[in-house]
Amino acid sequence: MRDPETTELQGLPPRLPQWLARAVAPLPLAPLQPALALMLARISRAYPELYDRLGEHAEKRFGIDPTDLPFAFVLEPKPGRPVVRAVRELPEGLDASIRGPLAGLIGMAEGTFDGDALFFSRVLWVEGDVAAALALRNAIDDARIDFDNILLGGFAPLATRLSDALRKRVRSLPALPGGRAWN
Amino acid sequence: MELICPAGTPASLEAAVEAGADAIYCGFRDETNARNFPGLNFSREELRKGIAFAHRHGVKVLVAINTFARAGSFELWQAAVDDAAAAGADALILADLATLDYASRRHPDQRLHVSVQAGAANPDAIRFYVEAFGARRVVLPRVLNVMEIATIVRESDCETEVFVFGGLCVMEEGRCSLSSYATGKSPNMNGVCSPASDVAYTERDGRISSTLGGFTINSFGKNELAGYPTLCKGRFATPKGSGYIFEEPVSLDAAVMLPALRDAGVTALKIEGRQRGRAYIAEVVRSFRDILSGLDKGQTASSAGLAAMAEGQTGTVGAYRKSWR
Amino acid sequence: MQLTLGPVLYHWSPEQWRDFHYRIADEAPVDTVVIGEAVCSKRAPFKQDHVPDVVERLQAAGKRVLHASLILVSLPRERRQTRALMEAANEAEVEINDLTCLASLGGRPFAAGPFVNVYNEVTAGFLAGRGATRICLPPELPLTAAATIAAALPEVAIELFAFGRAPLAISARCYHARAHKATKDNCRFVCELDPDGMPVKTLDGDGFLSVNGVQTLAHGCTSLLRDIPAIRRAGLASLRLSPQVCDMVAVARLFRDVADERLDAEEAERRLSEIYPDVPLANGFLHGAAGHVRMGTGPGSLGELR
Repeated sequence: MRDPETTELQGLPPRLPQWLARAVAPLPLAPLQPALALMLARISRAYPELYDRLGEHAEKRFGIDPTDLPFAFVLEPKPGRPVVRAVRELPEGLDASIRGPLAGLIGMAEGTFDGDALFFSRVLWVEGDVAAALALRNAIDDARIDFDNILLGGFAPLATRLSDALRKRVRSLPALPGGRAWN
Repeated sequence: MELICPAGTPASLEAAVEAGADAIYCGFRDETNARNFPGLNFSREELRKGIAFAHRHGVKVLVAINTFARAGSFELWQAAVDDAAAAGADALILADLATLDYASRRHPDQRLHVSVQAGAANPDAIRFYVEAFGARRVVLPRVLNVMEIATIVRESDCETEVFVFGGLCVMEEGRCSLSSYATGKSPNMNGVCSPASDVAYTERDGRISSTLGGFTINSFGKNELAGYPTLCKGRFATPKGSGYIFEEPVSLDAAVMLPALRDAGVTALKIEGRQRGRAYIAEVVRSFRDILSGLDKGQTASSAGLAAMAEGQTGTVGAYRKSWR
Repeated sequence: MQLTLGPVLYHWSPEQWRDFHYRIADEAPVDTVVIGEAVCSKRAPFKQDHVPDVVERLQAAGKRVLHASLILVSLPRERRQTRALMEAANEAEVEINDLTCLASLGGRPFAAGPFVNVYNEVTAGFLAGRGATRICLPPELPLTAAATIAAALPEVAIELFAFGRAPLAISARCYHARAHKATKDNCRFVCELDPDGMPVKTLDGDGFLSVNGVQTLAHGCTSLLRDIPAIRRAGLASLRLSPQVCDMVAVARLFRDVADERLDAEEAERRLSEIYPDVPLANGFLHGAAGHVRMGTGPGSLGELR
């Protein structure tokens, strides 16, 4: 049996530039909250079919933690009264949390990255209720949310650059095509 | 050879059509289909729209109703068969004798495919499905080599479809209860294997452990590549040593086998992954469409070049090249 | 309630296999015995010479004998063996473990083993229409489903997997050979070293599964002793005892005594744990729970069948 420890990642996924992380760190979160609330309200109005896919998981509390940002988000998709807020650290008692670099999270939400592929390469990680996290991922993947317009605004160009870099890195991983004996 | 592509959502169906699929397979959002995962699959309305979209682009839609019906609740499977036929499905992919028998009597003109979950692994078994239900195609289990496939094609009055990319069952499909032994939920009864609802990740001593139904099935060091938390791809201990005793976290990549599969007379090539995102669908389908175009011009590919999409980021040609008997 | 002894799933030595069946014939209170090699076609030649004597001894003792077919049929010789077995089904009754058999049975009566996917009354009815007279249901099926099937088909003897490590999966790959770093072609029959299966533990050391060549079984041992009253009320005809390395005659007597209400089920399970020690007992599948779980006899998932 092959020792799986021998296949290690070649480096870390692209992260936000340090200067940016440092620059946003001291900012108060309060001004962010109304903007987030507005975006979420737009999404839930524009993509009602999200809730069919989420099913029972719409009532759950999700943590979304961009590991290269000095804050995280708590999302409660509840139909009709969705809530999202920025926090310094994810609180205890969430149903599920998804952690990873911002570029990976955005890429997955946009549908430019496959969530499972990011998971296989350990770029993304899920804790807690894995079924709820999967339902959220699948619902968002199907909705094809136009994040450029709705969510990111002026933030988009940077996110695009980061996700291009991430895609290049994931693709450049050493392939081991057909090399495994099947005994 | 036809390229048969997965779709877990309408968005994926459209992505597969745009990327060059000849046919899409998908299922209803309930226990009648063997990819009954959270947030996936099609409502009746979504299936009707998806079929219309695919047909407008000259692409077929095959509907998988491939779990084994729950005793006392056969109406659910009957309704799935009736609704898929009414929605204009180009074929139904079935596994249970009950649904095959029902569909062949109730919808005699409907094209029926034998699901991989039926585990039809030799020409005699296939002859039974053809004679009993008029099956037109069989999806072969992932336990056969190319010579065995060629024999099946030669001796069977039925088209064959084989998996060329994606998740790899190392146990014979349709006869595996590993998942229900650990969790109470199985592919045959519930349409799930190692379900997410029973998976947990915990961090311990700098390693992340995955558990299924309370059993530790793997433990990863920092930055070590991961696979699905599937039982048969976990690490276990035996008196002869510890490790991946059933199968490593690898994906099937049979791109290099396409010329051999074509020469064996295979009708259709299937990509696994109804649970994957549309990014996977678009990239994998496009890659295989390119390889197939190259094949027509006499070019062969050594791999699909999709390591990033693969479990453990590693490809294998699986059983296709096995030489042992 | 009838008792059936299932086929020996492991690779026992030919003499051990023969003597085991001789003792069953002489001493075990079972009605039916299934013989033959269901798991690996490479093992079949070893016991072939002893089959006639074993059949004769069992039949002389009044046991009905069924010949098991292979679970996974893919090689030409496996197809030939399977076809030959089916064509002789008039003289020697068969238990089919794969639908491959239906192609060559030609309407002859047969029994269906636990490896044929019978999950509902419609499939069971289809097989009955093709000549099935007995059906041993897949081990993962809950009692509620078994009851529905039994009620729909009173003419077919419906059986449950009641003792032994539940078979969970079959593969083209041999995990015994793989663990011994051998290929399947050149396996040297290493599975013979583990006549009760090779234990598979989690990395934390918990017993989980067990490997028998190309087959994977449970670590826990199924015991439906305490469920026998509910099984009887559900209208099931028979219980299957799957051979493990323990005193199977004593196991059969326990099941016989509990089925005949001569022995308390709790006491019987206590004795079972002495006959087959160090293996946890499980009945989760029957209750619609995880298979490894041992459910109590209190009110629970069996609903009105309890």
